Amino acid sequence: MEPLALYIHWPFCRAKCPYCDFNSHVRERVDQAGWRHALLTELRYEAARTGRRPLASIFFGGGTPSLMDPETAGALIAEARALFDAPADLEITLEANPTSVEAAKLADFHAAGVNRLSLGIQALDGAALQFLGRQHDAAQAIAALETGRAIFPRLSFDLIYARPGQTEAAWRAELRRALDIAADHLSLYQLTIEPGTRFATLHARGEIALPDDDAAARLYGATAEEAARFGLLPYEVSNYARPGAESRHNLVYWRYGDYLGIGPGAHQRLLVDGALIAVRRHRAPEEWFARVARDGHAIVEETALAPEDRAREALLMGLRLTEGIDPARITARSGLPFAACIDPTMLTACLDEDYLVWREGRLCATEEGRLRLDAMLPVLLR
Amino acid sequence: MPDTPLDHIRNFSIIAHIDHGKSTLADRLIQSTGTVAAREMKEQLLDNMELERERGITIKAQTVRILYKAKDGETYTLNLMDTPGHVDFAYEVSRSLAACEGSLLVVDASQGVEAQTLANVYQAIDANHEIVPILNKIDLPAAEPARVKQQIEDVIGLDASDAVEISAKTGLNIEGVLEAIVTRLPPPQGDAKATLKALLVDSWYDSYLGVVVLVRVKDGQLRKGQRVRMMSNGAAHTIEQVGIFTPKMIAADSLGPGEMGYMTAAIKMVSDTNVGDTITDDRAPAASALPGFKPSVPVVWCGLYPVDADDFEKLRDSVGKLRLNDSSFHYEAETSAALGLGYRCGFLGLLHLEIVQERLSREFGLDLIATAPSVVYKLKKTNGEEIELHNPADMPDPSVIAEIQEPWIKATIMVPDDYLGPVLTLCNERRGRQVELTYVGNRAMAMYRLPLNEVVFDFYDRLKSISRGYASFDYQVDGYEAGDLVKISILVNAEPVDALSFMAHRGQADRRGRSICERLKELIPRQLFKIPIQAAIGGRVIARETISALSKDVTAKCYGGDISRKRKLLDKQKEGKKRMRQFGKVEIPQSAFIAALKMDA
Repeated sequence: MEPLALYIHWPFCRAKCPYCDFNSHVRERVDQAGWRHALLTELRYEAARTGRRPLASIFFGGGTPSLMDPETAGALIAEARALFDAPADLEITLEANPTSVEAAKLADFHAAGVNRLSLGIQALDGAALQFLGRQHDAAQAIAALETGRAIFPRLSFDLIYARPGQTEAAWRAELRRALDIAADHLSLYQLTIEPGTRFATLHARGEIALPDDDAAARLYGATAEEAARFGLLPYEVSNYARPGAESRHNLVYWRYGDYLGIGPGAHQRLLVDGALIAVRRHRAPEEWFARVARDGHAIVEETALAPEDRAREALLMGLRLTEGIDPARITARSGLPFAACIDPTMLTACLDEDYLVWREGRLCATEEGRLRLDAMLPVLLR
Repeated sequence: MPDTPLDHIRNFSIIAHIDHGKSTLADRLIQSTGTVAAREMKEQLLDNMELERERGITIKAQTVRILYKAKDGETYTLNLMDTPGHVDFAYEVSRSLAACEGSLLVVDASQGVEAQTLANVYQAIDANHEIVPILNKIDLPAAEPARVKQQIEDVIGLDASDAVEISAKTGLNIEGVLEAIVTRLPPPQGDAKATLKALLVDSWYDSYLGVVVLVRVKDGQLRKGQRVRMMSNGAAHTIEQVGIFTPKMIAADSLGPGEMGYMTAAIKMVSDTNVGDTITDDRAPAASALPGFKPSVPVVWCGLYPVDADDFEKLRDSVGKLRLNDSSFHYEAETSAALGLGYRCGFLGLLHLEIVQERLSREFGLDLIATAPSVVYKLKKTNGEEIELHNPADMPDPSVIAEIQEPWIKATIMVPDDYLGPVLTLCNERRGRQVELTYVGNRAMAMYRLPLNEVVFDFYDRLKSISRGYASFDYQVDGYEAGDLVKISILVNAEPVDALSFMAHRGQADRRGRSICERLKELIPRQLFKIPIQAAIGGRVIARETISALSKDVTAKCYGGDISRKRKLLDKQKEGKKRMRQFGKVEIPQSAFIAALKMDA
């Protein structure tokens, strides 16, 4: 049985960032012990259903999981190791914000078992950080990166580019400064306007102007070039790593593997007796908490996905990866022959256009193809 | 009431340019004789259709019978025939005029004679009408009766010294008009004992009575219960009702010579009653029909498609219902790769097209898209066969065509001479040939022969804009001529878009081809693949644009929680593709073609 990835969602933030549409909430006070207990409860509920399976990774996401008590992380890690078969080098990632308060707790998280840190740097420019509504400044970002590198064997951080008015030269300079700090992994996201966010309101009013597609494409190319100089290669649309330093946890999603999702709004996919079961949990923190207390879980939807849906999900995730997809894997996860999942005319057209390429039996999107993936999928997939 | 002595009847129509006061004068004549009670009076009394009232135009003919006690002490029956005023309905107008012996020529005393007045007055002259000039709006400070009288004499050649000066709006001198009708217009002639001959002037559908036929009796009697025959098609009907219009329908026992009125005979379809036909007695038919009958022939064709493909059924019902009431509207089913299912529709002219389109959208609640209007071409093939081409998409391969003929028109344009230069340039650009250029004061009148094809393509709009709205324009169809014409196909991703193909003169092919390619480039969104847009004559490309592939379209963040959302988005995008038209590996939203066609109109 293939190893399972475990995602744990901590839904609280100090402030809501204007670009973020994740399930995050600002609360004055959080009952740390109560939440530790609730997360453990839901973890045990799922483990009882899956049985003892090999574990691939643990990922604390949010929200801002670095606001969690390190001992909560420790308790969850220990419980997961007890409930599943975990290798000694189990990848355990924590997302953290680079404020000084959180940086001070990093050593405790490491002691609790976290061995990979993902820092939400987002920018190294003061004005940009303010525009993005971040709680830290550039100096704190640098300090947190240095602290993180000293403590954790593996370090990743996020940056957001294609910000209003950002030139290609400025972005290259900023990215180089960040790369000098020598992480083994980077997530470099183009700023996009998500519905329901503060930025969406400003954008609708014309107060935020984003670079057009041509400019964004040039920035994307520049990003890959700069990352490559430091030995970081794009292995997914927005993720760059030294070979071997890819996020094992996120690879499970992109390879459309099995994963558990614990906490408010978390999603889960599990292949059970040939059926692929999708689970969604209640998004609102208090309601999730109450339901877990009452029922032992806060599942609001649990469905066996149709074969066509499974194929579409597997393909839309898999083509984000540089390694592409193995047709046999699509069949294994969807139950459908590969030929039934793809429009043959469009496949030929995309291959002719060098958007797609066959590499050692795997269908891969080229860099040009990955750039246009959202336009390609609706015509390519059946 | 009917069977009035002939010398006590006057049948007349009113000729006027739009806005010169025809409907207002008609209202006043009706009002001053007490024909309609004051409380039933409303403006534009004779224009029943919502569209007629709103646009101030008359589409269907109508009559009203007015009883007038003249200064000589006798009471006269005055039948006012309200005719359509637009050239699209020239044939209908000619039949309405044929039902009368005289006309009132209404001219705005400040604006003078306009192009439309002219075309209609010539028709009245052709119909041997006695014509009484009326100067309207005489009360306005800008009125120049002396100048306008002179203009009527110079341009039309009518003696205007006895023109009746009135203000229809204030009611000034309406009496003068009524007296002129009695004293200056001739009474009708006819023989009550002769066999029945009645002119079918117009007809329309009434949901209670079936088809109502507007008639003018020339000879004999039209009676309830009589078996009558339509001479054009031999169809016989038994009359259920005859009567007159006040303008309400009032039943009568019979209608005699010189009378105007209506008949009903349980006729189901307006298309069974042809305008200009002769109605005779089925048992004792007349030897010959009244002169001038012509079956109605569409001059302009275009495709009509529902914007929402689900509305096709509704469109089918609606064109059927419309045809019930408009026999000059023709339609046949058509399929377009770009626009789906629709109808190829034939019209008497551009106004008729516009009216039908507007009635379909207004009365039937349809959202429609029309392809570029096309005239009817006559094709001679190399094998000697001759065909009519209603749709450029149906054009045979050029190699089998020996000759293409296109319809020409004779256009009359009147314009203040300040704007004459640009107007002449426009006519020349559109392959016009000047026939005559005359001046009346500071107004020029240009007569041109023009290919109709050049006029259906944005000629009105250009004329209006270059003359700041001062130019007036009218035309009549004036035969066919061979021309150096080509079919221009528009290709998207190397595949032809039928709905966008059109005919043009070779000399203008490049310019028109380039303009539509440029427009499509603006309208079609960038997509995964680059899209060549070409205009071609046969296999030869004359214009080309390329829509480059979109440069970046990918979700930045996509992790475990985003899968369902992304997949649902994908499902929605695939659903949206049902509204797309496939051109090889690219799909074009139908909305882009609709926008391209809308800009054409």
